[in-house]
Amino acid sequence: MSTTMADLEATPSTSTVRVVDQHIVEIVSDSGEGAQTCGQMFADLVARNGNGIWTVEIIPAEIEPPSRSRAGASGNRIRLGSNPVTNAGDHADIVVALNEQVLYSRIDAGALRSGTIVFVDRTWAEHPDDEIRRRYQEAIEDFRRRAYTVIEAPIEAQCRQHTDDPRKGKNMWALGLLCAIYDLDAATVRESISRRFSRKGDAAIEKNLALFADGYDWTLANVQQRFRVPAHKHAQPMVVMNGNQALALGIMAAGIEVCSMYPITPATSASHFLANALQEAGGFVHQAEDEIAAIGFAIGCSYAGKTAVTITSGPGLALKTEFLGYAVMAEVPLVVIVVQRGGPSTGLPTKIEQGDLLAALYASPGDSPKIIIAPATIEECFHFVVTARRLAEDFRGPVMILSDANLATGQQPFPKPQLQNSWLAPPVEQAAWDQSVPPFAWDPETGLSRRPIPGQRGGEYVLTGLAHDEASHVAYESAINQKSMEMRSRKLAVLKSALHPPQVHGSAEGDLLVVGWGSTLGCIEEAVDQLRAEGHRVSSLHLRFLSPLEPGLKKIFERFRKVLTVEVNYSDPVDAAFITPESRRYSQLSQLLRSQTLIDIDCWSQVPGSPIPPSRIVAELRRRLELLRQES
Amino acid sequence: MSGLRQEWEAEAPPRNCTLQDYQGVPARWCPGCGDHAVLNAVQQVARDKQLPPEKTVVVSGIGCSSRFPHYIKTYGFHGLHGRAFPVACGVRSRRPDLHMFVVTGDGDCCAIGTAHWIHTIRYNMDLTILLLDNNIYGLTKNQTSPTTRTGERSNTHPRGNVLPPLNPLSVTLGVTNASFVAQTIDWNPPHLYSTIRAAYEHKGTSFVRILQRCPHFTSHVFTAVQHDMSQVLLLTHDDGIPLEPSMQRLFPNRAAHDPHQLAAARAVAERDDVYPVGLLYRDERAARYDLQTSQGLGKSQAEKMAATEKWLSRYEI
Repeated sequence: MSTTMADLEATPSTSTVRVVDQHIVEIVSDSGEGAQTCGQMFADLVARNGNGIWTVEIIPAEIEPPSRSRAGASGNRIRLGSNPVTNAGDHADIVVALNEQVLYSRIDAGALRSGTIVFVDRTWAEHPDDEIRRRYQEAIEDFRRRAYTVIEAPIEAQCRQHTDDPRKGKNMWALGLLCAIYDLDAATVRESISRRFSRKGDAAIEKNLALFADGYDWTLANVQQRFRVPAHKHAQPMVVMNGNQALALGIMAAGIEVCSMYPITPATSASHFLANALQEAGGFVHQAEDEIAAIGFAIGCSYAGKTAVTITSGPGLALKTEFLGYAVMAEVPLVVIVVQRGGPSTGLPTKIEQGDLLAALYASPGDSPKIIIAPATIEECFHFVVTARRLAEDFRGPVMILSDANLATGQQPFPKPQLQNSWLAPPVEQAAWDQSVPPFAWDPETGLSRRPIPGQRGGEYVLTGLAHDEASHVAYESAINQKSMEMRSRKLAVLKSALHPPQVHGSAEGDLLVVGWGSTLGCIEEAVDQLRAEGHRVSSLHLRFLSPLEPGLKKIFERFRKVLTVEVNYSDPVDAAFITPESRRYSQLSQLLRSQTLIDIDCWSQVPGSPIPPSRIVAELRRRLELLRQES
Repeated sequence: MSGLRQEWEAEAPPRNCTLQDYQGVPARWCPGCGDHAVLNAVQQVARDKQLPPEKTVVVSGIGCSSRFPHYIKTYGFHGLHGRAFPVACGVRSRRPDLHMFVVTGDGDCCAIGTAHWIHTIRYNMDLTILLLDNNIYGLTKNQTSPTTRTGERSNTHPRGNVLPPLNPLSVTLGVTNASFVAQTIDWNPPHLYSTIRAAYEHKGTSFVRILQRCPHFTSHVFTAVQHDMSQVLLLTHDDGIPLEPSMQRLFPNRAAHDPHQLAAARAVAERDDVYPVGLLYRDERAARYDLQTSQGLGKSQAEKMAATEKWLSRYEI
């Protein structure tokens, strides 16, 4: 929902506290001014307060882009709510911008609406450079024309009272501003600041506390807008983290000891975490010489006894495909995490896309059946790694986890996992191997088999990517090739037989069923809930297993007049030149579902490089529902 | 080894491994191929060092020489073209208890696997790398390899190779942290054996280039050397490859070479008038990555869970 500001034209002396059930806040600055720290601390505070949150990092592509540039905005969006928040939402209610140019990058991104309250540092109005002063004045006038509620705040001037280097202090002042607006407990914030700066010494703590207090007090004295987002204290211990941290902690919780990687955005931050933490759990991060070596190293670890993980993104996946095929052919347990970004090729390194589903599924030459799962929430990022390791070992092959840049950098609270001993990989089996059992003793029904581990006497065998028989001897005979292909494929059918049909969100029948996968869960369900509240017969379904697909889909689909996938990847728009029903290229999940179900499933997919906000999904679904109404 | 089940050591009966215990499926290399001699030498080293077959892993890539693991009865990993090295490093990273050989060829190592070659030398994990260099792509039928001599004709360069051959010894010696570089020939079994044994005994990555006869495509190259041993220079030193004096006499050219001198090793490697055989370089003090990667193997499940809980709690609100 959006909050209108019309009733907030109060006088400075009478500040009104407006109670809202959710709100969206952004703080943006030049890179290096600490807006991200401010955003993270604010998010942490409201989450501790018991609010639901979803945060998104606003990241420039360069490490230190030119200051005051539209492309250089760095910061955070925090959506906070009374209830759990599942996505970044639509338009910001409040934006704090440390200069007017970075605000333009948010305007360009469609993040603002008329009525958005915009705080801009007015220091630029007094800048010695004529050009900067002129551009600032023009921008402020433009912002007013756009009907934002503009508040020019003397951020730098106030900060100068406490620090000689306000570039490093404005973020704490802004934190004070936000805490005052949302009426957060100042004592808790002070504790948080003291903790954050504890390593930098007492002087740093004092300075930052003073900056915070100044921002807080200035806001109480000068700003009448106040909001309260009621919070419920959590009944159970909660954690808040981003998807990459959740993946990394999932790796530790699964007892995976080796993460073999090559730096690639947006996957790498998971490895940064593990580089610190994994050693304490007895493991390590291997930074390989390239993406190929990263997966090869992980396969070596797995072959020697313990399933390892390799983590990458699209271009890295492209390089890993030969070894992925090997892991399928030679049945090596392996967890492969792909944090998707925009493609093809180098594409959009820091941006969001769900474009690697078909690459994950089909990239290896020949038939290479493998398990693919996609977490839809931060919490699932954690738990799916635990599941993936088990599946990799039970089904003896690679399991791919498709995350994306939205999950990777978004933060969300979830119940703190209670670590289980059974989640951990067992110690490496070294007891003697029954020599009468070949290394690929495929069960004729399930295709499942157990593997000998180096060190097991009597199990000596040679793993090979060549066609092989049960003894792992190279075998080019037709019958053996046919059988071994069947055995590797059969495992997916066996897994599918153990899965449950997915739950439909909303009614089990209706006019329109929206199908999604991955990080779009929250946006899709919010859109569907809104339309259902208006009386539309629309439901949604979110897939976690993409290979094998969850069972029962055709039956579920048949109870709706139309099935539509909503995805953040490319499909041809129906009304474009040369595009006919015959030539149109569908989005990735819809291609898969069409071929699996023989149902005429449609798709609506976009590649904005950002999450598709619920309002855009609502608009599209409304259009589709109207078309269905006209048809009947 | 910690982290592994204890039963195995209790179950292991005392035994004496014979050559028979290392026999894999019959080798299918061409008659007269130098690979047969290398296989025999490795099996002899395994027997003489009493390497338990189940504790021995041979990793290879793709090519004639990379069929090696199938022909020796140990654990084996016949991998992808050029990719034996990362797999071997992965195996080694968590298994200091295993005995490891990596078998590769001049296409596998010096062409498609070059990046891994360089970095594996730098990682200096405890691996014995055998480069079976026959100057040609054999399995794919006679294409120029990086080590093919200038002017040699092949199916891909029917008018002759225009480029000078890449020198695997000087490349390896150019890599920071190289710790053992040797060269030997497939047609002198005692020298071949001694070299592989010394390489196995070296703690760190030992790189052995073996001049290997290919009777099918490059028979005129190393077979000619075999018949004219004046093209070979035997490197001798007390810390070098041990060889009986009677065997040394088969090498008309001999020169003392101190394997602890990197500059001298590089100079010897660069010689294009003779093939130097013996130990070019050894540095036991080179940093070993596997000593890092195998730390923490002894952690109990409880310790792992405690560490995870500690990091998880940092995100508690």
